Amino acid sequence: MNRRRSDIALAAALLALALFPLAGSTFYLQLVTKIMAMAIFAMSLDLLVGYTGLVSLGHAAFFGIAGYTLALLSPQYEAANLWTTLPAAMAACAMFALVTGALVLRTSGIYFIMVTLAFAQMAYFVFHDTALGGGSDGIYIYVKPEMKLAGRTLLDLGDLGQFYDLVLILMTAVYLFLRRLLGSPFGRALAGIRANEQRMRSLGFPTFRYKLAAYVIAGALAGISGYLAALQFGFVNPEILSWHNSGIVLMMVILGGMGTLHGAIIGAFALVLLQEVLANQAWFGEAAKHWQLAMGVLIVLVALFLPRGLAGLGARPRKASADGR
Amino acid sequence: MAAEPILRTEALTRRFGGLTAVNDVRIDLRMGEIHAVIGPNGAGKSTLTNLLSGDLPPTSGRILFRDRDIAGRTPHRISRLGVGRSYQKTNIFKPFTVLENCRLAAQSRAPHALRILSRAERFRDLARNAEAALELAGLAQRADEIAANLSHGEQRQLEIAMCLATAPTLLLLDEPLAGMGATESARMVELIRALGRDHAVMLIEHDMDAVFAVAQRLTVMVNGEVLESGMPEAVRASPAVQSAYLGHGE
Ligand SMILES: Nc1ncnc2c1ncn2[C@@H]1O[C@H](COP(=O)(O)OP(=O)(O)OP(=O)(O)O)[C@@H](O)[C@H]1O
Ligand SMILES: [Mg+2]
Repeated sequence: MNRRRSDIALAAALLALALFPLAGSTFYLQLVTKIMAMAIFAMSLDLLVGYTGLVSLGHAAFFGIAGYTLALLSPQYEAANLWTTLPAAMAACAMFALVTGALVLRTSGIYFIMVTLAFAQMAYFVFHDTALGGGSDGIYIYVKPEMKLAGRTLLDLGDLGQFYDLVLILMTAVYLFLRRLLGSPFGRALAGIRANEQRMRSLGFPTFRYKLAAYVIAGALAGISGYLAALQFGFVNPEILSWHNSGIVLMMVILGGMGTLHGAIIGAFALVLLQEVLANQAWFGEAAKHWQLAMGVLIVLVALFLPRGLAGLGARPRKASADGR
Repeated sequence: MAAEPILRTEALTRRFGGLTAVNDVRIDLRMGEIHAVIGPNGAGKSTLTNLLSGDLPPTSGRILFRDRDIAGRTPHRISRLGVGRSYQKTNIFKPFTVLENCRLAAQSRAPHALRILSRAERFRDLARNAEAALELAGLAQRADEIAANLSHGEQRQLEIAMCLATAPTLLLLDEPLAGMGATESARMVELIRALGRDHAVMLIEHDMDAVFAVAQRLTVMVNGEVLESGMPEAVRASPAVQSAYLGHGE
């Protein structure tokens, strides 16, 4: 019953997003495109933070690695192929997740936070300080990748509206994929690990392997968002791997409500839109320069009064994170 | 009568700094036999359980399960060999329903556990195993309740049900009756007796009536060491046990 209600709400939200290009100006079209890519980023992090109990402060590494993968695979004057570069970006992220995950998942709690941060910083410096990534200036992607099927262009990614559609489709796909995954035996095991990992082990679950699998999946999905962002803005620089970006996405997850997929989407919208509103000089004049202060206050308020995030606002008390029926 | 032990320890020892919690312990567990382990607080009974289940690695000694040394293996590998345990301090998934607690336990035995895109509810066999375990532990009516909302005694029952849902051949029960009401306790004693027929059971328990009602073998531990081990009546009659433990009136 509850599930049906949320399905209707979801369908309505998606319909609104699908119709939005008819109404929105170019500016807002681009803004919402950016937000939806961030929503994918936030959902992928929520799989770790909200569902598996792994608070990562290095998620931007995946975002950046995927962006750089697209930039490095793009020929200078020709279009790259989305069908090969997107999977390649995700695979690069999955590889990074597999290798670093095998190490970071041996730690827990505060050490996990620190080691994920450390690995992201290492990735940052690889792109910042070596010839590979073009230094602090980054790399431009002059031609947008193409998305063809049997010789025909499926979506023209240079067209704002069509690119918007692609991002919306991918956001929806990631949402449905994760929802399915979380309802699977694998997802239930992750919930068990979050609730009581030691008990999971004594019940016979190789919890390390489960966590590593979740880490790799989260990394690969984060790669989709990094790829889309690089595609949208047409360049990558090391800042996309910075701890600042890792912090923003963590804030989206917390603001929206950890452990609710739609919460991650709501958090992405809320954070970016809030930033737009608070930094609007036309509305707030001089105060707009200090938007980060206002944002900080708002986040403290949410943390204090909405422990379950914005997604918890309309919801009735949750019965259980993993319900038996 | 005395079958080969399914689990046997040799000179099993565990130290915590200067404290030797389990000292040179030898214990045999057999199929079809309930082996009770008693001893005063701090005797090392829970530590022994933790060594056998892999929750703690031993400092030295061997643990032979079906003739393979499993000392120091991780808990999940030992669990998968068919060793189930319950905890003295209730160790359940509090935010989940009672059924989901047991369903997860049953899932640990399922080969399809890593399938990531099929709905968990589709695996009816898991739910059935979970329901059967709840039925045995007397919690079937509470299946849809959130575990955190159960009474203390019911949480103890759930602890046992989860252990059963993994379908173990060897059960390590650490004070299963502690905190249970009289009715549940009596029911649990009957359940343990029944399980003892086709499982190997190590039963740690302070309730002497229960111990002498179900145990075919009894080991008394004091200060990490085995003081006496054998048939319950013989052990009870032993002067050393009388003075060291039973005499003091538990
Ligand atoms: N993780 C640990 N670290 C340090 N000392 C420990 C640890 N676990 C147990 N001990 C100590 O080892 C000794 C044996 O403890 P254990 O819990 O095995 O006793 P027990 O026989 O189960 O007692 P009880 O009947 O109270 O449950 C105690 O002195 C205890 O303080
Ligand atoms: Mg104990």
